[in-house]
Amino acid sequence: MSMFQVFNISGSAVSAQSQRLNVVASNLANADTVAGPDGSAYKARQVVFQTELMGAAGAAGVRVSTVSESDAAGRRVHDPKHPSADAEGYVTFSNVNAVEEMVNMISASRSYQNNVEVMNTAKVLLQKTLQLGS
Amino acid sequence: MINRLTDTLNFQAEALVLRSERQRLIASNIANADTPGYVARDMDFATALRQATGQAGTPGRLAATAPGHLSPPAGARGEAGLRYAAASQTNLDRNTVDMDRERASFADNSVKYEATLRFINGSVRTMLDAIKGQSS
Repeated sequence: MSMFQVFNISGSAVSAQSQRLNVVASNLANADTVAGPDGSAYKARQVVFQTELMGAAGAAGVRVSTVSESDAAGRRVHDPKHPSADAEGYVTFSNVNAVEEMVNMISASRSYQNNVEVMNTAKVLLQKTLQLGS
Repeated sequence: MINRLTDTLNFQAEALVLRSERQRLIASNIANADTPGYVARDMDFATALRQATGQAGTPGRLAATAPGHLSPPAGARGEAGLRYAAASQTNLDRNTVDMDRERASFADNSVKYEATLRFINGSVRTMLDAIKGQSS
């Protein structure tokens, strides 16, 4: 019964999207983190999605293959009074771009909703199939 | 004799199986809407149904033409009905899932799945009425 596989497929997508949402949350939480004593601040993270084949032909779920770190330069602000300022008076913040993260968050939440709706429809159709002939 | 009763159901049963396979395909496309490089797939339903009910030559079927050939397991079907979707808008990540198209196909397929279910229910009810007669 291939309809049951819809739950595996959409379930994998939902968990991948929630992991993406998690990463966005960490990025936003660390948007204003300054560099520590080692001079490197928090680096923005991104999940990388990959198709995961699920047995039968055409059944393809999703999984997060890696979480990559952005190597863009951190935001540098001139603030000599800041305790973490370097010798030239600059403070290095994390390289998180808050606007990008918000866009990412909305995209992840929409995809999540889509997959939940797919599962709901599959559930309704399966229930009707179970009542067949009654 | 008994298969005359169920022969009418076979066509709708094949259609129901294909509908659920298509539902799974569309679910895969929606699940992979954000996967880089994913190519959306869909089913040519009319051709697939014609092949499943034996009304057309089946190009995807395996034929054992030499003694060394393995025979396919019962019920095995080729993937002849599966097609790849072209991108409707170009994308940097080469993903060809068009969410509008997928949502429309999903709604369309759900309704037609339900319709097939109703056809089967109708046939079953007709058959039961014929069995019971007017005695009740």
